[in-house]
Amino acid sequence: MTIRVGEAEHAPSFQKAALPLLEDAQLRRNVRHATDVIQRKRGIVVHETEDWQELRTAGSAIKAHTLRYLDQYLLQFEEACTAAGGYVHWAGDADEANRIIVDLVKQYSGSEVIKIKTMTSEEIGLNEALEQAGIRAHETDLAEVINQLGGDTSSHIVAPALHKNRSQVREIFRERMNLPGLSDDPEALTAAARHYLREKFLRVKIGVSGANFLVAEAGSVCIVESEGNGRMCLTLPEVLISIAGIEKVIPRMRDMEVFLQLLPRSATGERMNPYNSLWTGVRAGDGPQHFHVVLLDNGRTGILADPESRQTLQCIRCGACLNTCPVYRQTGGHAYGSNYSGPIGAIVTPQLLQMRQAQSLPFASTLCGACYEVCPVKINIPEVLIHLRGRVVREQKSALDPEALAMKTAAAIFTSRRRFEAAQRLGRIAQWPMVSHGWMRNLPGLLGNWTRVRDLRALPKQTFREWWKKRAKHAPNTPASAPLRAARKLSEDIGRD
Amino acid sequence: MTDARTAILDRIRASLSVDSGPVPGSAADYGALPRTYIRAGKLDPEARLHLFLERLRDYDTHVVATDAASLPRTIASVLREHDQKKVIAADGLPAEILPADFAFLPERGVNLDDLDSCDGIVTLCTVAIAWTGSIVLTHGPGEGARRLSLVPDRHLCVVRAEQVVETVPEAFERLAPHATQPLTFISGPSATADIEMTRIRGVHGPRFLDVVLVH
Repeated sequence: MTIRVGEAEHAPSFQKAALPLLEDAQLRRNVRHATDVIQRKRGIVVHETEDWQELRTAGSAIKAHTLRYLDQYLLQFEEACTAAGGYVHWAGDADEANRIIVDLVKQYSGSEVIKIKTMTSEEIGLNEALEQAGIRAHETDLAEVINQLGGDTSSHIVAPALHKNRSQVREIFRERMNLPGLSDDPEALTAAARHYLREKFLRVKIGVSGANFLVAEAGSVCIVESEGNGRMCLTLPEVLISIAGIEKVIPRMRDMEVFLQLLPRSATGERMNPYNSLWTGVRAGDGPQHFHVVLLDNGRTGILADPESRQTLQCIRCGACLNTCPVYRQTGGHAYGSNYSGPIGAIVTPQLLQMRQAQSLPFASTLCGACYEVCPVKINIPEVLIHLRGRVVREQKSALDPEALAMKTAAAIFTSRRRFEAAQRLGRIAQWPMVSHGWMRNLPGLLGNWTRVRDLRALPKQTFREWWKKRAKHAPNTPASAPLRAARKLSEDIGRD
Repeated sequence: MTDARTAILDRIRASLSVDSGPVPGSAADYGALPRTYIRAGKLDPEARLHLFLERLRDYDTHVVATDAASLPRTIASVLREHDQKKVIAADGLPAEILPADFAFLPERGVNLDDLDSCDGIVTLCTVAIAWTGSIVLTHGPGEGARRLSLVPDRHLCVVRAEQVVETVPEAFERLAPHATQPLTFISGPSATADIEMTRIRGVHGPRFLDVVLVH
């Protein structure tokens, strides 16, 4: 198996990749502006939804339930989709998926395809695979057109070109669409894209899409979009090929009533995005008469096997966690070295790669928890990040690695009160050469990384427990109130173990 | 080498086997999922329609209200207002709703070029959602094949008051009998915000959406 997530395995560490991006004032302005706008819009439409928390609870529960019975629901989808005239293919990894799609395009004698924005196709590097087979792939989502023509990569799950501003887009379109007089008015730029793509929509015979949802019960596929490029690609061609991660399945059509409320509000801050399409297999006289679905694993079953991080697979790719993340908002998406960026990217990418690559990503977070709060399916990203940090240290570093050793020692100390108090006493003595005016500013060795950017309070002369014990000894006869008596009792109980 | 399908299903089952405790059936578990969100709307019919129109306008839909008797006249006036001449009527549209003095092209027989060059189209819908300002087409009689309401520049959709529900779950209840037909949810004209998050109306789908509400 060759699991691949875009170019993530060759990407530099987040910390290294972020440095030049932090120097790019234009990029940071663009990212800040775009994420501010989406967050403001999201805030309004989430606030007006009085059952928002109930919808999140339902969305999370439906997804968790589906994962628990994933094999059954995938088989149900396969059966229903096939009965409706579709073909279902299974791909273990990126290469296999690419091979299936390239073969299908050749089977239908195609030399080019039109594409709906799909993160999964970026994950498996589909465009490159098609190119190598002599097949031209035309992106049709405006942001993807900007990136494709500009030779750039996605920096956001929902708005992949939000790192570019209007004048940068104009430069790309002027050169690549041969429109020297084009203005930088977004309306003019959008009109240029409309004109550029119209001819392709009406001519190209094969469409390629991702999938927002697969409905097991009916065998239906759902695409959520705004521009109408999605509808063009899934309606006008003779052949439609949809690629979907195996986690995209949901049990029944009625579950869409939850996700079609959660996704648009979270992704673009709209009550409903302009177009949602659901279709089931092939329909005579309407739309493509040949329909294929490729179900992709590419590392997902590995995530399923870890109960503590399985929730990662609940993601519906709304991008809300990116927009709210204080780290993403500074660096933009390219620092994450993967088509999946931001907090969700920081947990998806390394797990898909079986924790063997992209190990810096779980550390690209302040653990502030904002991502968890906005997640429409309640993925506890901070919890998963901490879990993955532990896995990086435990699985990837040798037992003699100083950090692994320190963590092991810390774990041993923190689990025993006696050891903890002994360490406190020792620390009070050992810290004196590093303390000045109650602060530690230069810790030695690895710990210096901490104090390089933060000041650390020195250990106090007395801990709370020591103070409490002494206080109780000095005033034994004071008539104690009920809470105080309870507290003393508690303190004695704790003292006994 | 086992085929990919078997291998993936085996990996899924192996991954799930780490879970402790008995595994009850998926159907029983599904029935127990928490669904405490709002299902039924609370507004009276008048307020529901008011909300629907307000939400349509909010996303740049052009809205006209009329009654059944005046419907043909209203359709004609909307089409003339925007100077539409070559207009395609969805197959299965009841003749009595269309203005008699307006020459429509029938949907059957039109090709992609006709769709691309026409001034607009007329369809019905199956259900509409007040809360989100959406119309839903299931592409049965009167609603056209999917490309009809996609390629042309202007879409006029006739919505009957009794088709308007308040909430998304209510819409899915009504859509249940149509679950395997193609479903298209339309909320305003096509749009993008990909350049600096500036909302631009009209990208690839119809740039203009007219809703004629009949009550």
